[in-house]
Amino acid sequence: MANKIALMQGNEACVQGALYAGYRFYAGYPITPSTEIAELSALELPKVGGKFIQMEDEIGGIAAAIGASIAGTKAMTATSGPGFSLKQENIGYAVMAQIPLVIVNVMRGGPSTGLPTQSAQADIMQAKWGSHGDYPMIALSPISVRETFDLTVRAFNLAEKYRTPVMLMTDEVIGHLRERVEIPVEGELEVFDRITAEAGKLRRRPYEKEPGEIVPAMSVFGDGNRTHTTGLFYNETGFPSNSTENAKIMLDRIFSKIYDHVDDIVQVEEYELADCEVAFVAFGSTSRVVKAAIKQLRADGIKAGLLRAITIWPSPEKQIRALAEQVDHIIVAEQNEGQYVREVQRIVEGRAKVYHIGRGNGEILTPPELIDLVKEVKHATK
Amino acid sequence: MSDQKQLTLKREWCKGCGICVAFCPTKVLIMDTDYKCTIDNIDACIKCGLCELRCPDYAIYLKEAEDGK
Amino acid sequence: MQPSKLVQKYFREANLPTIWCPGCSHGITTKAIAQAIENLGLDKDNTVIVSGIGCSSRAPGYMAFNTVHTTHGRAIAFATGIKLSKPELNVIVITGDGDASAIGGNHLIHAARRNIDITVVVFNNNIYGMTGGQYSPTTPTGAFGTTAPYGNVDQPFDILKLAEGAGATYTARGTAYHTKQLISYITKAIDHKGFSIVDAISVCPTYYGRRNQAGTGVQMMVWLKDNFVEKTVYDKLPEDKRAGKFTYGEFHQEDRPEYTAEYQKLIEHVRGEQ
Repeated sequence: MANKIALMQGNEACVQGALYAGYRFYAGYPITPSTEIAELSALELPKVGGKFIQMEDEIGGIAAAIGASIAGTKAMTATSGPGFSLKQENIGYAVMAQIPLVIVNVMRGGPSTGLPTQSAQADIMQAKWGSHGDYPMIALSPISVRETFDLTVRAFNLAEKYRTPVMLMTDEVIGHLRERVEIPVEGELEVFDRITAEAGKLRRRPYEKEPGEIVPAMSVFGDGNRTHTTGLFYNETGFPSNSTENAKIMLDRIFSKIYDHVDDIVQVEEYELADCEVAFVAFGSTSRVVKAAIKQLRADGIKAGLLRAITIWPSPEKQIRALAEQVDHIIVAEQNEGQYVREVQRIVEGRAKVYHIGRGNGEILTPPELIDLVKEVKHATK
Repeated sequence: MSDQKQLTLKREWCKGCGICVAFCPTKVLIMDTDYKCTIDNIDACIKCGLCELRCPDYAIYLKEAEDGK
Repeated sequence: MQPSKLVQKYFREANLPTIWCPGCSHGITTKAIAQAIENLGLDKDNTVIVSGIGCSSRAPGYMAFNTVHTTHGRAIAFATGIKLSKPELNVIVITGDGDASAIGGNHLIHAARRNIDITVVVFNNNIYGMTGGQYSPTTPTGAFGTTAPYGNVDQPFDILKLAEGAGATYTARGTAYHTKQLISYITKAIDHKGFSIVDAISVCPTYYGRRNQAGTGVQMMVWLKDNFVEKTVYDKLPEDKRAGKFTYGEFHQEDRPEYTAEYQKLIEHVRGEQ
């Protein structure tokens, strides 16, 4: 079967990807520049028997989406800057209670109301650290409209596989960009469905892992398991426990289910890295600018390359460390005042010189700026 | 049959609030020296179930006759 | 020693006794919900109890249903997602006065507006108990709390008027003392197709009682007995007899299209056109 070709926007590709992954519930609140995701969900979900609800606020949006997921439905919510801040508490809830959910953040300039119609990548640290307490996060960042489709599917897969919220960190540029997309046919992309517990069986220890399980099979409401879900630390029964020993066990589980599987979760693109002397680290829309700069630099005889983080959290530590062994100069290009560069510096530990180029004022980086910086650092000593 | 019901105390769940004692219409119950409910005058019990209705801790109730079998 | 049949059937015995203080009436209201479910013969497997944060919101942990203890104020929003995604489930929200009408007030009014088939039982003890006795949106003016050391300047909500104004289609108030009536209202509320709310007046001897010299749980229950009058009786009282009295009873009931049923019609309409 031939792939259908369509001209679509990043936000539209997100909805199409979600449908491909089998989402049947969307709850959210209108906010620029993510609103098209809500609008298209409202249009498309009833056609497949799914449900859309425009909630009274951003917090209600994520809360209803988590509720639907607890009841066994693949659910998504989308937002941007201010809404992302408002959703943080319940993001932590989904982590703690181990509820699969996809949260889309079409990033815009901030802080506060900031630049509603202009692009930024300034919520990158918030994606990892925004909710209170210690927790890991999976966050993906697409470079194109087609990749928005693919990563939305992947976000649902990872959410279900690891029983955790997953963020799709796109931005205004990708969200509103229109590109030609070959829509994947059924079966072309993997779709991971939730592993649910045996129905009709009262579960005394629903959070006890069976051998071979990454996470315990999930009970859903109405299945006869009659389990309890809470944001308090709980033990294997699902009921609250405030023992510090138990809290340690639960924290270890929440972390290890992600960090023991980084090779499965982390995806990068290596662009012109093989012989590269000056490397960029970038993600999302900025990688497009970086690639344009690299083409020009290579034409000028300068061996530049890009390590593109498709998975931004957990960060591609292994790949960044290997890159630091290879090159003397790593430039982190991002549409903010300096965020992911801190993560790269932490991983590089001085093995290469790390630079930042970026700004949070909504003005997109341009290839000439990147080219000038590469030429400048090439003359600098390690 | 209501008269086959038996007033039953699950003493370990009693927190000693005294609500059952206060609202028992026939003064069947008293608070003991441990500040827990005790059945003091079972003969006066009319098996109205008000103690069970208002016990916040599910520590006192009318047991159905077949329960004990 | 086994507990009563009702408790055996609807409670998670291993988690009892509750964490609530002696004399706290939350256990009475929780059991009233179980009794209402028994009266209606609801299937435990298809019944969901959702709560927010606070003393009352610990109730679902004791109840043998599908239960969720969510975040502060958000129980109704979580419940909305559960109900809309699976309308075949019976969804009951247990919340407190602060949880429902302060931090969660927005979700309360909008769920009422939508007339989504959820039953909300507000364990209304006029105080924030879990955090140690701060005034809430239902604390009477002049009453004391740890954050109202000179008496409460705020004016309280009537949660039922709020809900009715927002579109709730069944509203009733019961008290922990008037338990049989409370059970009857909760039974009717759950059975009602649409957004229903029961304001369950509760007593908090530990924080409200102590701060306001209202006495023990028993004394506060006696106060409920003496000061709450059934609505229809109250309406017939001469003006001078009404002073200082509060009302319990059924306040509002109407039929209006229910949200999840309307959404289902929308789906059928859209799919019919495809």
